[in-house]
Amino acid sequence: MRGLPIGLALGALLVGLLGVTGLLSLVWTPHDPAAIDVALRFRDPSADHPLGTDQLGRDMLSRLMAASVNTLVVAFLAVAAGGLIGVALGLMASALGGWAEALVMRACDLGFAFPAILLAVMLSTAFGPSLGNTILAIAFINVPVFARVTRGAANQIWARDFVTAARALGLSGAEITWRHILPNIAPLLIVQATIEFAVAILAEAALSYLGLGAQPPTPSWGRMLSEAQTLMFLAPDLAILPGLCIFLAVLGFGLLGDGLRDLTDPRLVRARVNA
Amino acid sequence: MRLFLLRRSLGLVANLFVISVIVFVTMNVLPGDPAATVLGIDASEEAIEALRVELGLDRPAWQRYGDWVTGLFRGDFGQSYFFRVPVAELIVERLPLTLSLAVLGMALTVLAGILLGVVAAARHGRSGDWLIMLFSQIGIAIPAFWLSILLVLIFAVWLRWLPPGGFPGWDEPRLALQSLILPATALALVQSAVLARVTRSSALEVMGQDYIRTARAKGLSHGRVLRAHVLPNALIPVITIVGLQVGSVVTGTIVIENVFYLPGLGRLIFQSIANRDLFVVQGLVLFFATVVVTANFLVDVAYVIIDPRLEDRLE
Repeated sequence: MRGLPIGLALGALLVGLLGVTGLLSLVWTPHDPAAIDVALRFRDPSADHPLGTDQLGRDMLSRLMAASVNTLVVAFLAVAAGGLIGVALGLMASALGGWAEALVMRACDLGFAFPAILLAVMLSTAFGPSLGNTILAIAFINVPVFARVTRGAANQIWARDFVTAARALGLSGAEITWRHILPNIAPLLIVQATIEFAVAILAEAALSYLGLGAQPPTPSWGRMLSEAQTLMFLAPDLAILPGLCIFLAVLGFGLLGDGLRDLTDPRLVRARVNA
Repeated sequence: MRLFLLRRSLGLVANLFVISVIVFVTMNVLPGDPAATVLGIDASEEAIEALRVELGLDRPAWQRYGDWVTGLFRGDFGQSYFFRVPVAELIVERLPLTLSLAVLGMALTVLAGILLGVVAAARHGRSGDWLIMLFSQIGIAIPAFWLSILLVLIFAVWLRWLPPGGFPGWDEPRLALQSLILPATALALVQSAVLARVTRSSALEVMGQDYIRTARAKGLSHGRVLRAHVLPNALIPVITIVGLQVGSVVTGTIVIENVFYLPGLGRLIFQSIANRDLFVVQGLVLFFATVVVTANFLVDVAYVIIDPRLEDRLE
């Protein structure tokens, strides 16, 4: 697990596989993932249905493929939206300092009091369960995470000599942030986004499993699991495959994020040089 | 120290206040009419109007918020529309189960997490370390609810050792404990994977310190150095993670109770969403959020008690 990053390679492979599967399923799946044929239900794997069929005779492989798109879109929207707001807040806090910084950081502390599940519960009770609420809830928990990471990293860059020089040249806080701070912390933010992608996939799956996320007929790994759970004695494989997909997707983004962090962390680079 | 405690306590109170406002506004003000939310889209105008009067919704929102919060101090969480009993009664009824599950889950997490982390650090670079880190990597990525389903498949469906779900009540302590084993394991496995990682890296860092070399040099055995010098110092950062995990485990019970059909608070939340029982959900969300911020508050305090040097850094 050490030395040449096996984890990074495995993570990139899993994420690449997930991306290709998602894109492929937009144009082609072996069968129509929504096509119901009760006569074909609970079929074992065969040449025609490589992973068998579910309780309504739908092709499992096609459904798993179609659900990967749902997962990727939800995770992307949630991380992008939460990340943009969080990064903006963090940069602002770092550039302004003083009470503005204190206010943003206190608000972040507060944000951590609401795990995604509580937010999704509130939104679903008030507005009814929907995929939109799920995205909103996951985006919200990303805001304080990104704000904190951004502010911490930005503060370190602000203390550097070249920033002092830029200030002496008369550049405004916004200009320095855009030209010097953001480019310097970008690698760190990309690493964080990769890790948060894993968290978002896990959260989406859990919320969809609980019925708060994707609504039928949108195929979703979490929903497929909750439907399969009642049929566990009859068809245990239906409860295994979607979970395996979630696990591999989360593992992929997690390994990729950890691997990228090891690559970009200057402390580790020094350790490697010294060794 | 006293000033630190005072400021942190004030911060906690302020946090709880803002949280209560957020919960109230999201569930009572944003959707427009709570009476319409409770009755659903098919309800007639008259029915909605009648419920609005019954629930006191004809008064302005800030007044209703005031009533709700002052009620909370008296232990009055409002009335469940669906069950027709006070929300506080529902919570008191279901709290013991959720609490037992959380305590059991937390105990397993700490035991397994710290033990695995220390063993991995002691066997650094050898196969034991590698195996434990593999377990940790898998544990972090595995969804708790899928792990639960797998545990049910193995131990309830195939081996038939443990019940697949449900709760017989505390009148049968043996059966009750049996039905909590799988849920608590599912809760703890994921969290102990995180904790093992933190413990391992913290222990490794301590093992690289000069005073450990000194302890070795004066002839202490490997095990004794580990117990007397490495462990106490390595546990300081571990405490932070354990504190944060209290929040994760308690909110984790929401998911796990629904997987195992355990009639605790987490199950109540989901029944209440289905029943559109607004005030129950509102009370429970506030309850869970309060547990999370209070746990975080206690972590900060415990941290400073253990290592007073950290007071400045936290301020």
